[in-house]
Amino acid sequence: MREMASPNGSPNAPRATATPALKRGLAQMLKGGVIMDVVTAEQAKIAEDAGAVAVMALERVPADIRADGGVARMSDPQKVLEIISAVTIPVMAKARIGHFVEAQVLEALGVDYVDESEVLTPADEQFHIKKDVFKVPFVCGARDLGEALRRINEGAAMIRSKGEAGTGNIVEAVRHLRAITSQLAELAERANDNAFLSSKATEYRVPVDLVREVAANGKLPVVLFCAGGIATPADAALTMQLGAEGNFVGSGIFKSGEPAKRAKAIVDATTHFTDAKLIADVSRGLGEPMRGLSLEAIPAGERLAVRGW
Amino acid sequence: MTRAGVLGLQGDFIEHIRALRSIGVDAVDVRRPEQLEGIDALIVPGGESTTIGKLAAQYGIIPKLRERVDQGMPVWGTCAGAIFMARDVPAHPHPLAELMDITVERNAFGRQVDSFEVDLSVAAIGELPFHAVFIRAPLISRVGPDVETLATLEDGTIVAAQQGRLMATSFHPELTQDARLHRYFLSLIAA
Repeated sequence: MREMASPNGSPNAPRATATPALKRGLAQMLKGGVIMDVVTAEQAKIAEDAGAVAVMALERVPADIRADGGVARMSDPQKVLEIISAVTIPVMAKARIGHFVEAQVLEALGVDYVDESEVLTPADEQFHIKKDVFKVPFVCGARDLGEALRRINEGAAMIRSKGEAGTGNIVEAVRHLRAITSQLAELAERANDNAFLSSKATEYRVPVDLVREVAANGKLPVVLFCAGGIATPADAALTMQLGAEGNFVGSGIFKSGEPAKRAKAIVDATTHFTDAKLIADVSRGLGEPMRGLSLEAIPAGERLAVRGW
Repeated sequence: MTRAGVLGLQGDFIEHIRALRSIGVDAVDVRRPEQLEGIDALIVPGGESTTIGKLAAQYGIIPKLRERVDQGMPVWGTCAGAIFMARDVPAHPHPLAELMDITVERNAFGRQVDSFEVDLSVAAIGELPFHAVFIRAPLISRVGPDVETLATLEDGTIVAAQQGRLMATSFHPELTQDARLHRYFLSLIAA
């Protein structure tokens, strides 16, 4: 199943499935778009109608997980199936960090991408899911380049900033994006300095070949989205201007006053992220954004971004 | 110098721009209708057809594009772009450009785990097979009398078609290093 058709092979060469190119390729098709958290088929439909490129199925949006407490798990398979049948765009779903059986279940249900997510309660404090053995591709959160490369080395086919989910506060996502892009620039500047690249590989706990590849290209080998705290069209354009290739929006849409309108405005601002007049225009009269939380108001033990390593 | 546009509303437009530049073409992304004036050809990239269709309609791209096509500008859609090109797409929720006399079925091969790579025979670009990447790909289930089939899978499923200066492919030539289909498309400018 996994052998690659040879580029010079006959037209009758076998089909190859679940290759890295196919897993990373789907994320490439999502670029410039917005992926929206949904908990029901109705919300998924609203997201698709607003122009979402994909939806993320989860049992509660992060703001509710934060408010309700308790263990947050993979969504009910029945809900996932309802969401899959409600829309034609790709459906992603969250599994707990290290919970490879939740990931197996989501793959069996036919989801298009699994998010191994710190928003859910971690299932394993030592190991993330070994992602390269799955047919379904994975997206993972990262706070800096080292974390991103560790996830890619495990098989992640897409990376997103962690941000601080469920806060409506963009500050952590900005911190993570800036960390990743500045560390990428640092590697690119010293792409020919082998001693430096080796020391970075040791620091990041990944093979030096991966560090060398990233240094040579000056970018991650997979697509980088922003997630965690986007609540307004201006937030969405900010992350794009900082180098994100697309946005995940969680609580920001369905915890706001007028979800459909806000969803559409965030899509528009993500596409036209350098057009301030357009962003001003789509930002008018959107109703109440989600209330939001300042980071100082969150006790250290309740921060989600510190989950995973 | 040829100047080609890539519709940059959403999707993998940067990959197309890179492929065009690799063969010495001046390539730009197009997000506004007036930008369709300054280009000799347009590629509609892979992405989500619902999103691309919605944004294209909302920002007035579609009427302007039809005008340019009437003037003879070549347009090529890859994957979501092929859906955007088709006159007939069953149950598509958002507007499309409807430029080619073809019927396109979305997500025709299944979900992401069913995405595949395969070598295709494409006579128009020579004997060497073209390595084709299909991601949640559509298929072309009907071609009109003026439409030529460029490539099929082994079972006869149509995955590439051409109608005059318009092209549609179910797969993603921009994800490989093989620029032969890009060159072939650009040859339609003078044709």
